[in-house]
Amino acid sequence: MSAYSAPDIRSGRLEAAELAANFNDVKPPLDHKRALVESNRCFYCYDAPCIEACPTSIDIPSFIRSIAVGDPIGSAETILEANIMGGMCSRVCPVEILCEDSCVRNHSEDKPVQIGALQRYATDALVAAGKQPFARAPLSGKKVAVVGGGPAGLSAAHRLSRLGHDVTVYEAREKLGGLNEYGIAAYKTVHDFAQTEVAFILALGGIHVETGKALGRDITLEELRKAHDAVFLAMGLGGVNALGAEGEDLKGVEDAVAYIARLRQAKNKGELPVGRKVVVIGGGNTAIDIAIQSKRLGAEDVTLVYRRGPTNMSATHHEQEFAQVNGVKIKHWARPVKLYGHQGAVREIEFEYTQLDAAGKLMGTGEKFTILCDTVFKAIGQTFVKDPVNGKAKDVLDLAGSKIAVNEDFATSIKGVFAGGDCVTSGTDLTVQSVADGRDAAIAIDAYLRGE
Amino acid sequence: MADLRSNFIGIKSPNPFWLASAPPTDKEYNVVRAFQAGWGGVVWKTLGEDPPVVNVSSRYGAFHMGNDRMVGFNNIELISDRPLDVNLQEIKRVKRDWKDRAVIVSLMVPCEEDAWKRILKRVEETEADGIELNFGCPHGMSERGMGAAVGQVPEYVEMVARWCKQHSRMPVIVKLTPNVTDVRKPAQAAKKGGADAVSLINTINSICSVDLDAMAPTPVVDGKGTHGGYCGPAVKPIALNMVAEIARDPATHGLPISAIGGIGTWRDAAEFMSMSAGNVQVCTAAMHYGFRIVEEMASGLANWMDEKGYRTIEDFRGKAVPNVTDWQYLNINFKTIAHIDQEKCIQCGLCYVACEDTSHQSISAKRVPDGKGGGKRRYEVIDEECVGCNLCYHACPVPGVITMVPQKTDKPYLNWTQDPRNPMRKTAAE
Repeated sequence: MSAYSAPDIRSGRLEAAELAANFNDVKPPLDHKRALVESNRCFYCYDAPCIEACPTSIDIPSFIRSIAVGDPIGSAETILEANIMGGMCSRVCPVEILCEDSCVRNHSEDKPVQIGALQRYATDALVAAGKQPFARAPLSGKKVAVVGGGPAGLSAAHRLSRLGHDVTVYEAREKLGGLNEYGIAAYKTVHDFAQTEVAFILALGGIHVETGKALGRDITLEELRKAHDAVFLAMGLGGVNALGAEGEDLKGVEDAVAYIARLRQAKNKGELPVGRKVVVIGGGNTAIDIAIQSKRLGAEDVTLVYRRGPTNMSATHHEQEFAQVNGVKIKHWARPVKLYGHQGAVREIEFEYTQLDAAGKLMGTGEKFTILCDTVFKAIGQTFVKDPVNGKAKDVLDLAGSKIAVNEDFATSIKGVFAGGDCVTSGTDLTVQSVADGRDAAIAIDAYLRGE
Repeated sequence: MADLRSNFIGIKSPNPFWLASAPPTDKEYNVVRAFQAGWGGVVWKTLGEDPPVVNVSSRYGAFHMGNDRMVGFNNIELISDRPLDVNLQEIKRVKRDWKDRAVIVSLMVPCEEDAWKRILKRVEETEADGIELNFGCPHGMSERGMGAAVGQVPEYVEMVARWCKQHSRMPVIVKLTPNVTDVRKPAQAAKKGGADAVSLINTINSICSVDLDAMAPTPVVDGKGTHGGYCGPAVKPIALNMVAEIARDPATHGLPISAIGGIGTWRDAAEFMSMSAGNVQVCTAAMHYGFRIVEEMASGLANWMDEKGYRTIEDFRGKAVPNVTDWQYLNINFKTIAHIDQEKCIQCGLCYVACEDTSHQSISAKRVPDGKGGGKRRYEVIDEECVGCNLCYHACPVPGVITMVPQKTDKPYLNWTQDPRNPMRKTAAE
């Protein structure tokens, strides 16, 4: 076994200054002058394609014009009216496949207006001004439980409170924010922005928060239904897919989602142990995020392996490119077969090349290769944990596939129980989609509560 | 290769680009830099009687538009605030050192014959090529009975022009103020007084903006402001019209014109010359970008002339004047309609909303399958509704997408004076 070096997983690979630079704002905000120049590039399209491309349908030409005419606060109000997490979305949205991809400037000059950056400029201005643009409607006397304090849950809670209902948010973890707080890559949301946004949302009032309360563990759907007039389920995806490869239990094989959560919560990133040779398996944003962050924590070699081609990855082209710029090696068309260990720790992983057969089904070619590693991150998708609402629970919800079944009004199979966000299947799995779900579910819940 | 040499009322310069009487021509230092950069001539910043005027601090206002700075510009400066002797000595030296360039001296003294007589004599000694009478400044000096206060009264214009011709052998250019109802009147007066040429426009009465914190017009001078003289690209259309009016007025037709007003490119210059200007004067563009812009102006004008086959400025000067007419003589049977090039269209919808909200509802908004399961926007002109107003053509942000296409109508030329729909038409005797 002398061919293998001992696992080299340790903290403090980089100097504090280098770490600070690596985890600083990946895309610094536009200053006033740049925002003016950029906002003036917007044509103020009629029936603008960018609005249609936004899951929350923000009136983008309007908010950009407000910036151009010197009204960033009005701009932010336009954004937040449609998307209460406009600040976070401006940081994490894959704009290259949404609004900016549809910008008409692409047709004439291949350079869209930087909509995301402008949205951040405006929402940052409102936060800095400390302005509360919203007020609650006259109280309805109705109570709504929201399960899950992530983008869908908070978006729903805010809209429900605005509409005059009293909301209680039940969050399993210590802090609100969901993936904004525990999942997004650290360099996309610096200065604790997730909590800044949570505080802004809660500042409206009418939203009571219960953290450390998980459905199925601390509370049941039955209890919630009894105590409230409606329930909105927005638990997201609590589980992760397994590799299904031999050796998955070896030391050094980690769940990327859990590691990123630790990274996000780490006060000092230098204390996080990180491997020297890291292999990431998966093709989504989580895979990209863990690969880049491993590199930025000081890993020497990071290889991302995906079983299909670049266009099949759910991470956008822009994200893939960013990973490569960060020194991540991406290998396509290979799947893990077996992990080999030494003294219980992973030291090598074997892959088989893949291809599509005549019917378009993925198959192994039989040809194999191995990569030496001391860390393997699994990032092959998250799953909905159905037990609390299906199975052991007394109140059983219908599922659609592996997630909660809802109709177009986000209503589940039980009257008064609604669901949205990642725990249902609607559009994309993006933050912005969850915000849209929460908003629209709240509007449906409001109609339900008013007997409409 | 085009010959850009200019001979304006006998004043020769290597090109037709002069710097207008303004801060850029305030002193020898600037003027020498301008000549080194290639300017054909300068009109020296206006001289007055001693003691020199005193200027305030905070002098310029500006109108910015989107990403473009100084689309409009104004100033509340007065005439030269340097002693007359200093200016005259410098003018003399500059003219001696730069014999091939035109040096014109702008003048403004009280409306008294003796005052003009005195200063003319002194200017003549500098051997400057000519004088320009500043009857235009709309601020400050006009409160003292000079500048626009003279230019707005045709009788005064004529009188002072006559004094200058009588008491000087220098060519006389009368600079006109646009702050009048009919610019032809002072132009006629200048001609009557014997002026060799007119130059126009001087600046326009304006307040560039209001400082909403100070609640005062800009430029703000210790909490207060005053109207200033407006210039820059934004005033060019106004200047073009005034030049054209004088060019086609039978009373002043043929009167040499030195054009001023928002000129900053060769194309601006060519347009004014097509309206009969013999040369052009520039100020704001130089104040914005420096003297070097004259290089692109000269090269651009020469290349355009080469392309068109014009050898000298005289070859195209005034060529557009016969095509400026009264509305009543426009062909009412002419029809042009918009056409949208669908290949080049970027689907911004600006043509549609402009036409739909504010014009003739002549553009349709449709969705067509985009081959990717979505609906692609498609904006099409409804030919039968289009009146050819040009609004969509102007609103479209991408050049070449919308073209205005003249239609064959098979109808003869017919103007409003002949149109049967005109109750006041001039009918032939039956």
